[in-house]
Amino acid sequence: MQARSVRPGTMCWIINAMRWIWIDKFIEFEPRKRAVAIKNVSLAEEHLHDHWAAQPIMPASLIIEGVAQTGGILVGQAGDFKEKVVLAKISKAVFTDIVRPGDQLTYEVEITNLAPEAAATSGTVRKNGQVIGQVNLMFSHVDQNLAGLKFPEENFVFTGQFERLVAPLLEKADA
Amino acid sequence: MAMTEGEVFDKVREVLVEALGVDDEEVSPEAKLSSDLGAESIDFLDITFQLEKAFDIKIPRGELVPDNVLNNPEFVQDGRLTEAGLAEVKARMPHVEFGDFDKDPDISKMMDLFTVETIVKYVQSKLG
Repeated sequence: MQARSVRPGTMCWIINAMRWIWIDKFIEFEPRKRAVAIKNVSLAEEHLHDHWAAQPIMPASLIIEGVAQTGGILVGQAGDFKEKVVLAKISKAVFTDIVRPGDQLTYEVEITNLAPEAAATSGTVRKNGQVIGQVNLMFSHVDQNLAGLKFPEENFVFTGQFERLVAPLLEKADA
Repeated sequence: MAMTEGEVFDKVREVLVEALGVDDEEVSPEAKLSSDLGAESIDFLDITFQLEKAFDIKIPRGELVPDNVLNNPEFVQDGRLTEAGLAEVKARMPHVEFGDFDKDPDISKMMDLFTVETIVKYVQSKLG
């Protein structure tokens, strides 16, 4: 499976309205450098019964979303959650295995470039410790987009729920 | 030893193939990054990041693609660059061939000023 240069639209806009969180917790967080998050895949997740009833498989798109949330929070924290960080480009997404209920996914994401208007990340996906994927992404700081487009003033990306995920690790680092 | 134009082109092509998901043969010197190779604004940043890594150069913000122009009403009116805007982009993009753009400085066509050759020239200027 491989997807290149895909623009996933504006999924972030609906984050506020639903529980759109595809990571369970952070286990490592080095500000401005790297973050590691885990996701336990459970048959309690409704979407797995549709994808597919006879053979539930975690959709690759939601693995990418999990990597994007890990990287997006890392990039957002680098700007003290003041920028509106949105996924702008899936530069590379390659998977070599499928993921089933009961598997634990680990998303390790590093910032490869951090600029005022955007950031690039490199991500490794592991299933139960084994590398099964590579997901490289670009994030835009939408208020500083080159096209000069205007966005709502309120920060519709970082509304609290993402910050809460990383808060325990940041508090530990500060202590 | 300084890189030849051909060596720079080959490396630029690798960057564009990776960043834009296009085939090698699509990346000709005259290919326009936007209309021929499908580059969008975020791709220009991706290309900038990848050029820095590939050639070990530093590309200051706004140097390859000028920033703070399109959102400045002094430089853009009714979707076109003003005289001041045109002068500004020309001064800030010496690596670009403007051709007939002066006659119709529509900002929606501005990205088409960037061809593969433009990128090669820019990188050569950075490599000295």
